[in-house]
Amino acid sequence: MSGLSSAWSVTEPSSRQKWIAGILVIGYALITMMPLLWVFLTGFKTPPDSISYPPKVIFEPSVEGYVNLFTTRTRVTPSQLDALPPPANFAEEIVRQRDMVIAGPSKFGERFMNSVIIGFGSTFLSIVLGTMAAYAFSRFRIPFTDDLMFFILSTRMMPPIAVAIPIFLMYRQLGLSDTHLGMILLYTAVNISLAVWLLKGFIDEIPREYEEAALIDGYTRFQAFYKVVLPQAATGIASTAIFCLIFAWNEYAFAVLLTSGNAQTAPPFIPTIIGVGGLDWPAVAAGATIFLLPVMIFTILLRKHLLRGITFGAVRK
Amino acid sequence: MADVRLASVSKRFGTTAALTDLSLDIEDGDFVVMLGPTGAGKTTTLRSIAGLDTIDGGDITIGGHSVAGLTPAQRDVAMVFQQYSLYPHLTVRDNLAFPLKSPLMSLDKAAIKRKVAEVAEVLHISHKLDNKATALSGGEMQRVSIGRALVRDPAIYLMDEPLSSLDAKLRSELRVELKRVQADLGATLLYVTHDQIEAMTMATRVGVLDKGRLVQFGTPRDVYENPASLYVATRLGLPRINALPANVFGAGAPSGATTIGLRPEHIRQGEGRSTRVTRVEHLGDQTRLHLDLDGHALVTLTDAHSALSPGDTLSVTPANPLWFDSAGARVG
Ligand SMILES: Nc1ncnc2c1ncn2[C@@H]1O[C@H](COP(=O)(O)OP(=O)(O)O)[C@@H](O)[C@H]1O
Ligand SMILES: [Mg+2]
Repeated sequence: MSGLSSAWSVTEPSSRQKWIAGILVIGYALITMMPLLWVFLTGFKTPPDSISYPPKVIFEPSVEGYVNLFTTRTRVTPSQLDALPPPANFAEEIVRQRDMVIAGPSKFGERFMNSVIIGFGSTFLSIVLGTMAAYAFSRFRIPFTDDLMFFILSTRMMPPIAVAIPIFLMYRQLGLSDTHLGMILLYTAVNISLAVWLLKGFIDEIPREYEEAALIDGYTRFQAFYKVVLPQAATGIASTAIFCLIFAWNEYAFAVLLTSGNAQTAPPFIPTIIGVGGLDWPAVAAGATIFLLPVMIFTILLRKHLLRGITFGAVRK
Repeated sequence: MADVRLASVSKRFGTTAALTDLSLDIEDGDFVVMLGPTGAGKTTTLRSIAGLDTIDGGDITIGGHSVAGLTPAQRDVAMVFQQYSLYPHLTVRDNLAFPLKSPLMSLDKAAIKRKVAEVAEVLHISHKLDNKATALSGGEMQRVSIGRALVRDPAIYLMDEPLSSLDAKLRSELRVELKRVQADLGATLLYVTHDQIEAMTMATRVGVLDKGRLVQFGTPRDVYENPASLYVATRLGLPRINALPANVFGAGAPSGATTIGLRPEHIRQGEGRSTRVTRVEHLGDQTRLHLDLDGHALVTLTDAHSALSPGDTLSVTPANPLWFDSAGARVG
């Protein structure tokens, strides 16, 4: 790190240049974040506010969108409403203002958990298999290495959805339709080629001498891999994991096609909220906001590894 | 500690012959230095002994047993690599303890701690034990990587140019330290380098490598005084041996000799053929004279306060010359 900053300091920009650069970066960040910010704000509007024209920037925040997201509701007549006991909690109170009562929880929580299981499960599997394959390709003399690596890459040369029909039929035969395992395997199959290629690049950069030293000192090949290679590949593993998670988390087409109930993920579920009792934009926006969180948290947690870069500081040159 | 023997070892990488028919006897307690320029096969020799490279022909024995087919761990060797010696994700302490924590060793925590402290003491790095390996200077990294080998007590220590990246002062300090440590432990050591000073000062025996072949093996003094070839003669000695056509000083060359080899100290001044002084280098403790003899350059030494200056004339004659034939082999 310090080596890097001193290398830059040769052409330390003037403070005026820094100001201009700062304004440009912040400006660009604001523009790209506008849609996200709008979604976030819409989540806290009431349904009338969310579709008012001109659009409201200043409004009274409400959690109605979130309440609607997590509940199903039924409409009641005013007389029925009057007959009810006082609302038990804030959610009930909000719902009753719209002449409705809470009928039960919505499926959002379940769908969200499916996304978590399938997204993180397939990321984990892609990383485990990808790291081991990349290590083998990097370190052992494997016949036809180049051809095999090309084959692995070629699995991504057409859009995965192009094989949707065969996969649909195959999954029905195998009983994998609408199962967590089926979706994990599918997303892993799509991600694995990216994982192998990215990780091979990172592992190639780790000098073999590190493992060889461990082998001479009496460690087994697997121990050397585990104790020496993995810690140094952490940066590569972290960035690969983020790519894999983002794909699996956001995937829509296969999720629509292959899941309907049991293993349905959040992306196909969120749009269905619109249909329930009018255009409920705040609930959709609330769903989108919550849906964004895991990838954001995951990325922030791994940020240290992403920014740290690869330290080969202990190299004598 | 044990004897290590290489018998007719050869190793190819594709079409390059890295080692050719290499035989070498390292006796228990020997400090053998292999000298050779880059690409001579030094690293390959060490890797073959360690079991990191498999040899194509010949045999290697450690302590009398052939190590063919044994894994690096089973060979009981310790190695200091030319590069990439320390694990950047570990502290100095953990780097030093790493070999001791291997499944091979089964030492308890206290024993590991004691051993690490002992080696750190010897190499003067005790105060850096809790630093990250990346937060060390070049000299300290070097000590730690040597320490990583010294914590163990293997059949042989293999060291691959461990001092080559250091500045002159540190290098001479570590040379002395390493020699002392080796003598104290009675360790058997195979040390490869392209630095002739390391070879001359540390070795009990020196091997000279030329393109994968061992061209001479003996005590430093023997190799210096009785080089088998012009190649070996130019590898040892500074300033380098002067190589001139055999007849520049008149008759007297043995039959077959085409080159006369004159070490700077083997040139007597004040008699013989006259030469012109072209350059005078005052080095403080000695003075180097660059001479011109019929268009041939010649370097010799003279006393520190020499009054000679460029353009002066000086007559010189050979004393104890070495003779070589047209292929560079020693004659006479
Ligand atoms: N892994 C390898 N693949 C191909 N050629 C190699 C390999 N390792 C060494 N060589 C070749 O073998 C010869 C000896 O190399 P090396 O033992 O590294 O020499 P040194 O350590 O004396 O500089 C060189 O010609 C080098 O190019
Ligand atoms: Mg080398």
